[in-house]
Amino acid sequence: MKILVGVKRVLDHNVKVRVRADGSAVDLDNVKMAINPFDEIAVEAAVRLKEEGVATEVIAVSIGPEKAQDTLRQALAMGADRAILVPHGGTTEPLSVAKTLKALAEKENAGLVILGKQAIDDDCNQTGQMLAALLGWPQGTFASGLSVTGEQIEVTREVDGGLETVALNLPAIVTADLRLNEPRFASLPAIMKAKKKPLESITAESLGVDLAPRLELVGVVEPPVRAAGGVIVATAAELVEKLKHAAAIA
Amino acid sequence: MTILVIADHDNSSIASSTLNTLGAATQIGGDIDILVLGGNCAAVTQAAAAIPGVRRVLSADCELFAQPLAEDMAPLVQRCAEGYTHVLGSTTTFAKNLLPRVAALLDVPQISDISGVIDANTFERPIYAGNALATVRSHDAIKVITVRSTKFEAVAVTGGSAECLAIDAQSAQAQARFVSRTEAKSEGPELATARIVISGGRGMGNGENFALLDAVAAKLGAAVGASRAAVDAGFVPNDYQVGQTGKVVAPDLYIAVGISGAIQHLAGMKDSKMIVAINKDPDAPIFQVADYGIVGDLFDVMPALDAAL
Ligand SMILES: Cc1cc2nc3c(=O)[nH]c(=O)nc-3n(C[C@H](O)[C@H](O)[C@H](O)COP(=O)(O)OP(=O)(O)OC[C@H]3O[C@@H](n4cnc5c(N)ncnc54)[C@H](O)[C@@H]3O)c2cc1C
Ligand SMILES: Nc1ncnc2c1ncn2[C@@H]1O[C@H](COP(=O)(O)O)[C@@H](O)[C@H]1O
Repeated sequence: MKILVGVKRVLDHNVKVRVRADGSAVDLDNVKMAINPFDEIAVEAAVRLKEEGVATEVIAVSIGPEKAQDTLRQALAMGADRAILVPHGGTTEPLSVAKTLKALAEKENAGLVILGKQAIDDDCNQTGQMLAALLGWPQGTFASGLSVTGEQIEVTREVDGGLETVALNLPAIVTADLRLNEPRFASLPAIMKAKKKPLESITAESLGVDLAPRLELVGVVEPPVRAAGGVIVATAAELVEKLKHAAAIA
Repeated sequence: MTILVIADHDNSSIASSTLNTLGAATQIGGDIDILVLGGNCAAVTQAAAAIPGVRRVLSADCELFAQPLAEDMAPLVQRCAEGYTHVLGSTTTFAKNLLPRVAALLDVPQISDISGVIDANTFERPIYAGNALATVRSHDAIKVITVRSTKFEAVAVTGGSAECLAIDAQSAQAQARFVSRTEAKSEGPELATARIVISGGRGMGNGENFALLDAVAAKLGAAVGASRAAVDAGFVPNDYQVGQTGKVVAPDLYIAVGISGAIQHLAGMKDSKMIVAINKDPDAPIFQVADYGIVGDLFDVMPALDAAL
């Protein structure tokens, strides 16, 4: 079984977000970019399935700028076998990413697609569900556990009320939550080896997908700063007094 | 404008998040209908019909929907969505799982987690863990949207008398099957809607120590939450997590205990009316958003707080 994994190149989660002075977008010039943390978990999950003998090949896919090759190389260093870049400048939207991944899943005859549950830049949390709809496949979203037995995958999902388990027929879509696994660090030899692994470029046009955004981005602003009182009190008793005074507690 | 709101519920009562989503629908303006998908959920349909300002309640009440499988529900929502300008759900795991699937079937983008309605086509939403706010405009005939509950007033629950219509579900798909659910049992109020939330972080050290928070929470009528680090370490179940990828809360009072205040945590609580931080590190970033703070060891402070209440 082949596994397709989606990896998005995003602003590193430790970098402070700045909005461009003209309010057009978040400033991504000369800032550290990284693999979306959830996608790192997705790659780890796929590589483990290959190590268990469940998967035969892991293919990492990114839709993004040429620089997303770095992100794909990281997935290769973690153990993916080959990578596909669908070059695109500018932002990608979940619906068109899902259409691209659908075309590739069909082309590659994938048996499982693992994505992150959410990209930490757009915070959309949509792509996996959309891809499942387009392919007509079942979906195991927000996964914190998975196991494949024969033609089925059992997925434990993190839901608002606790945990839920679903059984899905393969082929299926899984989206990774934070507690699915702890991604490995790529070793130096693995990073060297990754440089020689195949990375092909496939245009969206050749897949019949239009990547132009459908939603109009009117503008981006920084959120209002919280005016915190910032009062440090010495004791719990003093805190209780303050809170009572502010009517925060009875 | 005609708006279809997908209800969140547990087959017996309607979720409070849906009342906030109806608040967003009211801001968009126009006729508002509610779609209830469930099994043995007549009480939910009745409750929905009693909400003032609701025109119609569509109810697909059948065994198939007793468990919320998106694979079964999405085609029906797609069918029901015809003729509506907006389809709305809450930013809950139920709607986050279902609505993008519906949007793709309708071939429209989804606008996730809106925090404001500018006009019927234009919405504000947080991006980058709430570190930026984007305004987006849709040019599609139908807009599929999820709504951030903490940003919209809940509507009233009594006084309405909407018309109820039963609708048929299609037959089941065979691809996905519900296996089991483990409900985390909590004694206090619900995290998402509690007036006071007290959350513990890695500083709590272990799960047993959360008893220190439980004791104070019981006195204050507060819900208990946690940081990701506390959940990852197995101190408390996953549904305690507050943050960018957990629950978003905006209580009157939020007390953060042994939590450093990473941006991903702040994303889930910085809209709280008042924030209190208890941390032994005076330089912890949580103090930058706190109204009141105590710099000290939580194992001294929490018992003292309990005693002072
Ligand atoms: C993609 C992504 C998504 C994320 N989503 C979330 C999310 O939804 N929610 C979330 O919370 N985090 C999230 N995180 C993690 C986040 O970045 C932080 O790692 C996490 O919030 C840290 O938790 P913490 O504050 O409990 O732990 P730490 O950062 O380790 O802080 C512990 C604090 O406890 C204090 N302390 C220790 N002992 C004591 C004591 N005895 N008395 C008093 N104080 C004490 C320390 O001074 C310290 O400030 C996410 C991260 C990523 C990359
Ligand atoms: N441009 C992209 N390239 C590759 N994968 C993507 C891209 N955008 C989104 N994805 C995948 O879809 C997941 C969810 O993204 P989103 O729906 O945007 O929150 C991500 O974690 C990725 O696995």
